[in-house]
Amino acid sequence: MLRQYLRRTLFMSNAADKPVGRRGFLRRAAAGAAGIVATPQITSANPANQAAQDPGHQTIPSDVALRVKALESILVEKGMVDPATIDAVIETYESKIGPRNGARVIARAWVDPAYRKRLLADGTAAIAELGYGGSQGEHMVVVENTPTVHNLVVCTLCSCYPWPVLGLPPTWYKSAPYRSRVVIDPRGVLREFGVALGDDVQVRVWDSTAEIRYLVLPERPLGTEGMNEEQLANLVTRNAMVGVAKVSRTRGASA
Amino acid sequence: MNGIHDMGGMHGMGPIEVREDERPFHADWEARAWGLIRAIGPFGSTRRRNFRYEHEILPPAQYLQMQYYERFIKVLVDRLLEAKVLTQAELNSGRADPASPRVTPRVTPANIAEQLARRRSLRRDDVRIRSKFKVGQRVRARNINPIGHTRLPRYMRGHLGTIVSDHGVFDFQDTDAQGYTLPDRPQHVYTVSFTARELWGDAANPRDTMHAELWEEYLENT
Repeated sequence: MLRQYLRRTLFMSNAADKPVGRRGFLRRAAAGAAGIVATPQITSANPANQAAQDPGHQTIPSDVALRVKALESILVEKGMVDPATIDAVIETYESKIGPRNGARVIARAWVDPAYRKRLLADGTAAIAELGYGGSQGEHMVVVENTPTVHNLVVCTLCSCYPWPVLGLPPTWYKSAPYRSRVVIDPRGVLREFGVALGDDVQVRVWDSTAEIRYLVLPERPLGTEGMNEEQLANLVTRNAMVGVAKVSRTRGASA
Repeated sequence: MNGIHDMGGMHGMGPIEVREDERPFHADWEARAWGLIRAIGPFGSTRRRNFRYEHEILPPAQYLQMQYYERFIKVLVDRLLEAKVLTQAELNSGRADPASPRVTPRVTPANIAEQLARRRSLRRDDVRIRSKFKVGQRVRARNINPIGHTRLPRYMRGHLGTIVSDHGVFDFQDTDAQGYTLPDRPQHVYTVSFTARELWGDAANPRDTMHAELWEEYLENT
């Protein structure tokens, strides 16, 4: 029953701006309110059981946005946080640190064999040549896809991700379905993402358990010989650099 | 700890939902939450618990049901309460206690870029320790079940693997049951590969492999 309940409500709540089921809202409100009050107790009553008893007859807006707003205003009042700094952080992760950086690294590797060699030998240093580095990119390893090897990156224990080259992780990368399944059923996960691999291809899954962060160097698509570095970078998607997609000659970098 | 966070290999978590318009933030509160966490800077005691462990001890149902940024905020609030720089009464009212001390932000628009770009490496290039294992060597991931934070996933414990690379010496990250990092124990970190069949049995694809970076004390000779 618990599992059924979680399946019904849990995964709908991944998207904040998507309507969450009535029971989901109630549950979020209940657990959220309790969450800000109580320090986590391993022995505390199972909130799912409490929530399952809720009748769920009305829609209550998620309170998490209100809680974050309240917390910010308290901390600003105390002088612990400058709201302009928060704006600067958001601006940085929305426009400066993102998958466009990684795409430039990949395109450079495709057009410059010497760079590709350096990138595979010492990812951190080669990525730094293009000006990218810092938090969550301290120790980069680049793994190369070939006709017989397909690489796939995950963090089963949390959501570790190479921020300087890919930005903040997408929702699916942080989700329980991806983290749980990709190590036991990588080919099934790839099929779900639309990537079908032959039996002659080896899948290598990289679980970011310690301090190394991974970037997949996808295969350069056929028919792109006439493209320049910038045009190539526009083909490279975030998903391809995590390993859940291949780069297509025609598809733009929307992800 | 054998918590819900250690979910590699679990079934029943549902389909992977991929949004066409993946952006860093899908709601304003997510952006504000992330910005707040990065903008607050140091506070309270310097004896800080492991941030990841504080997520891991959330009750499983709550962990699964909360969003990524929501969990971050939860852990931040717990820390602020514990450090006594925030009170429950303030949270309830949404206003700072007029009697509480006023400080000046340590992180500012002027220094945030430098803060975000800063490398926080755990590598200990200053420590020279001979590695116990060599690249190509067969090893077994130890069967350990520590109650604190650990980076040895359950699905690898007890299984045979091969050392693929040696990343050098890093500070150990495992903690005690309270979440405090174990005393200074730098050691080599290796990438170890396991075959899918070793981890998941004969039904798994014979070619596929899973890799993780494991601290030396997670490993033993075969």
